[in-house]
Amino acid sequence: MSLTLYVPRDAGALAVGAEAVAAALLQAASRRGLAITLVRTGSRGLYWLEPMVEVATPGGRIAYGPVDPADAEALLEAALAGGGAHRLRLGAPEQIPFLKRQTRLTFARCGITDPLSLDDYRAHGGYLGLQRALSLGTAATIEEVVESGLRGRGGAGFPTGIKWRTVAAAEGARKYIVCNADEGDSGTFSDRMVMEGDPFVLIEGMTIAAFAVGADKGYVYLRSEYPHAIATLNDAIALARAEGLLGSDVAGGRFAFDIEVRVGAGAYVCGEETALLDSLEGKRGQVRAKPPLPAHKGLFGQPTVINNVISLASVPVILADGAASYRDIGMGRSRGTMPIQLAGNIRHGGLFEAGFGVTLGELVDDIGGGTASGRPVRAVQVGGPLGAYFPRALFDTPFDYEAFAARDGLIGHGGVVVFDDTVDMARQARFAMAFCGIESCGKCTPCRIGSVRGVEVIDRIIRGEDRPAQLALLEDLCNTMKFGSLCALGGFTPYPVMSALRHFPEDFGAAPPARVAAE
Amino acid sequence: MRGFAMWQPDRAAALIAAHAGQDGALLPVLHAIQAEFGCIPDPAVPMVADALNLTRADVHGVISFYHDFREVPAGRHVVKLCRAEACQAMGGDALAAHAEAACGVALGHTTADGRLTLEAIYCLGLCATAPSALVDGEVVGRLTITKLDRVLEALP
Ligand SMILES: Cc1cc2nc3c(=O)[nH]c(=O)nc-3n(C[C@H](O)[C@H](O)[C@H](O)COP(=O)(O)O)c2cc1C
Ligand code: SF4
Ligand code: FES
Repeated sequence: MSLTLYVPRDAGALAVGAEAVAAALLQAASRRGLAITLVRTGSRGLYWLEPMVEVATPGGRIAYGPVDPADAEALLEAALAGGGAHRLRLGAPEQIPFLKRQTRLTFARCGITDPLSLDDYRAHGGYLGLQRALSLGTAATIEEVVESGLRGRGGAGFPTGIKWRTVAAAEGARKYIVCNADEGDSGTFSDRMVMEGDPFVLIEGMTIAAFAVGADKGYVYLRSEYPHAIATLNDAIALARAEGLLGSDVAGGRFAFDIEVRVGAGAYVCGEETALLDSLEGKRGQVRAKPPLPAHKGLFGQPTVINNVISLASVPVILADGAASYRDIGMGRSRGTMPIQLAGNIRHGGLFEAGFGVTLGELVDDIGGGTASGRPVRAVQVGGPLGAYFPRALFDTPFDYEAFAARDGLIGHGGVVVFDDTVDMARQARFAMAFCGIESCGKCTPCRIGSVRGVEVIDRIIRGEDRPAQLALLEDLCNTMKFGSLCALGGFTPYPVMSALRHFPEDFGAAPPARVAAE
Repeated sequence: MRGFAMWQPDRAAALIAAHAGQDGALLPVLHAIQAEFGCIPDPAVPMVADALNLTRADVHGVISFYHDFREVPAGRHVVKLCRAEACQAMGGDALAAHAEAACGVALGHTTADGRLTLEAIYCLGLCATAPSALVDGEVVGRLTITKLDRVLEALP
C-alpha cells in the first residue's frame, strides 16, 4: 500500500516549522524503506493546529496537529495504521468544528489540493467557471457577477459587476485587469493564502474578468513582504501558460490574455488603487484625484478593472454555480461569503469563510475561543489599521458592511485582531497616528502633518499634560483628517483613534463610559 | 545569507537592459539592481534615468519613496520584526525591546560591524501565528523571547 501524506507549504505553516516536519517525515519513511507520497498543499487555515499533517485513508483524510518534527516516527506509525491513534490526532479535518461551521466557496480547495497541479485544480471544479462564462458570452458573464451581489473584498465594498460593466463599456486602445495583492492590513492573510494555496483560482478569476471586459493584459501587484506567494503565483502562471490557459490563444483561440506579477516595494499606501496604478507605472505611489475613475482612465490611461485578490478569486465559483447560489447567502446588502481572518491574541486563529451575518461576538468568543493568553478580551480591531476598535459591548454587531458602518467601523478586508485586557488603548491610538505618518504618501496636509500632530497630542495626553484641552484638540484634528484627506489613509485613521477614545476613555485619563447594564 | 556583488557598471547596464523594455519598468529595474548589489548604488541612478528616459530626480524620488529600496547595503543578516497590530497584541512591544537589546541596535539600524540590520516591518500576513518576523528571508512565527534568542544565535 502506498502512503500519501499532506503537509502545507503555506508561509503561515512554514513559519511554525512545516518544512522541518516534512523533512522529518521523509527521513522516517526512508529509514523504514517506505515509499511515501508527500503532497505539499496550502493551509486549511486552522493556524493554531499548524503544522497540520493529513493522511489519506480509504475513508477520507485524517488530520494530526500541531506536529513537531520529533513526532514524525510515531505519526508514520499511525498513518500506516490507516489514520490510527496518536496524541495529536484530530480526526477528519472537515469535522473539526472551526472548519465544519464554515461555508467554503472561495476557499473550497485551499489546503486540500496541490497548489501547483492543474490536474488537481480541474479535478476539484477548477475552470468550470471559465467554461460557463465562455458559454454565456461577455455581457451575460458580467450580469452574473452583478446578480451575485459580490462586492469588492479589498475594503471599499463596491459592487464588482458594476465596475466590470463600466470597463466593458469604456473606449480604450487597450484594457487591463489589475489584481490588488498588496494586502497591507494587519490581521489579514486571505490573499496570501489563496496565492500560496490555490493560485489557479485567482488566474481563472482574472481570465474571466479579461474575457468579460475585453482586456488582454493582467497585472498582479503583489507586496514584497510575501516572498512565498510571489514564487508560487509565478510558478502557477508559467504552468497555466504552458497549457495554453494564458497566452495568445486562450480558450481555443477565443481571446488573448496574459498575466504578469509585479512586486511592490514596501509602501502601505500602494494598496490604494490609484497609488497602486502609479506604482505599476513606475512612479512614486501617490494617490490620484478622482475622477477620472480607473474604470475610465486607469493603468497607462486605459480602462482598467482593479479588484482585490478575493474579489477575483470568488468569481469562478459564482460563474460555476450560478449567481443565485452565491446571492442567497448573506444578509442585507452583503451577499455571499466573506473570508474572515481571526488574528492577534486569539486561541483559534485562522481563516473563517462564512456567509455575512455572523456576529463579532460569535467570531471572537465562540469560533475563536477567546484569547490565546487566557485573559479577558478587551478590544477587537476590525478591518486593519484604518478600522475601529470595538469593545465587548458591541459584540452583537453582525459581519455586514452596513452594520459596521452604522457603528462607526468598517469590515475592510475582513481582519479581526483581538487584544486582551493588558492592552493600553491610548498607545493603540498613538500607533494608528504614527502608522499614518510613516505611510502617508504626502499629497495632502491633513494626513501628512495631521498624523504627526496626532502623535504629539496623544503623547501629551499620555503624559497627563493639560488633558481636557488636548482631548478636544485630538477630536478636532480627527475631524480635519476625516473630512480634509484625499484618500482613506488620512481619512480613516480617525476611526481607530476616535473609537479607542470613545470606548476606552479611561486609558486616556478621562472618565470611563457609563455602561448600560447588560440585558 | 547570500553575499552581494561589488559594483560593476557593465553588470548594472545588463540588468537595466533586461528589464527596461517592459511598461512601467522602473520598479522591476530597481528590484533587479538591489537584488544584485544589495542597494541602489549612486552611480546606478543616472544609468537608470538614461535608459528609461527619466530625470535623475525622478529616479531618486522613487527610490526614496519606497521603504524597500536602500541607498547603502544592509548588514550581512537582516531581521525584519513585525510591528503591526496583530503582533502587538501578542507581546510584540516587549519582543521588539528585547530584539533591540539582544542585537545591540535600534530598529531601523545596522550594527557597527555590519553584521546585522534590525528593521520594523508592518505585517507579514502571519497574524494568526503572531508575533512574526522575517529572518534572512525565512518566515518565523509564534515568537517568544526565548525563540527569538535561539533564532538570533543560530545566525552564522
Ligand atoms: C490606504 C489604503 C490601502 C488599501 N490597501 C488595499 C489592499 O492592500 N488591498 C486591496 O485589495 N485594497 C486596498 N485598498 C482598497 C483599494 O483602494 C480598492 O478599493 C480595491 O483595490 C478595489 O478592489 P475591490 O473592489 O475588489 O475591493 C486600500 C485603500 C486605501 C485607501
Ligand atoms: S490622505 Fe494621506 S495617503 Fe491619502 S492622498 Fe492624502 S496624503 Fe496621500
Ligand atoms: S500583524 Fe504581524 S504578521 Fe500581520
